[in-house]
Amino acid sequence: MDTPASYVQVGFILISLPNLLVIIGMLVVFVAALVAPFPGHRGAGEDGDDLAD
Amino acid sequence: MTSPTEPPGPALGDGSWTGATRRLLERLIPLDHLLPTRQPFFVGSWVYVFGVVAVTALVWVIGSGVVLAFFGPGWWHVSGVGHLVNSIHFWSVQFFFVFVALHLWGQYFMASWRDGRAATWLVGVVIFIIGLVTGFTGYVAQQNLDAQWIAINAKDGINATGAGAFFNVLDFGQMYGIHVMLLPILVTMLVALHVLQVRMRGVVKPIEVKASSSGGNPPPTAAP
Repeated sequence: MDTPASYVQVGFILISLPNLLVIIGMLVVFVAALVAPFPGHRGAGEDGDDLAD
Repeated sequence: MTSPTEPPGPALGDGSWTGATRRLLERLIPLDHLLPTRQPFFVGSWVYVFGVVAVTALVWVIGSGVVLAFFGPGWWHVSGVGHLVNSIHFWSVQFFFVFVALHLWGQYFMASWRDGRAATWLVGVVIFIIGLVTGFTGYVAQQNLDAQWIAINAKDGINATGAGAFFNVLDFGQMYGIHVMLLPILVTMLVALHVLQVRMRGVVKPIEVKASSSGGNPPPTAAP
């Protein structure tokens, strides 16, 4: 914990490895959210009920 | 209009400010929108789960922050339990920002400002920006070498913007006061407003449903 983080450099881009891993993790979660089915989702068109008014 | 539950006593009349306020709130925030029992199918999306996780992380941030503020830096840097609560505070902040960013990405690609929801979108963006400032003041209020390094390096940047005259990152008292009092109250109030806005207007319809509705079945009725 007290040692400096490793850094990754590609051209002018310099980023610490922990920050890079967090960003990659966020992208993975975001893509997974696009493709993973939502639990209990009945799909569009089957139930278009909106908020009761 | 007299409610059956209205307490006995002389009526204030329709012109009273309490009656006018009540009617305004009943019109703007009907109870069946605040606490709905039915939701449109497109609420079932991970994007909204990201928002709920961010709110949950904020609860942990505030809870651990209250404990840290109560016991002080001499406790969170020295004792084992202090280290634990300090770490909970740090990691719940990381979760907050990760899931706020994921929620924002999703809302951006859904164009969630459509159909009169611009204010809801803007409040969300402002929460993210104020959250960044809150995180920054927290980093410089840690009372350790990391905080000193960040403050010393940040002061020139802050001064270059002209904000250094009233926002002195080397002033621990100012940074700590802003971090534990002003900004958390602001973020909490804006998050409450954001949730209220979502309840008032409902979430935005998916783009594909709206596009396909032009030549097919009508889309679900929008929440007022």
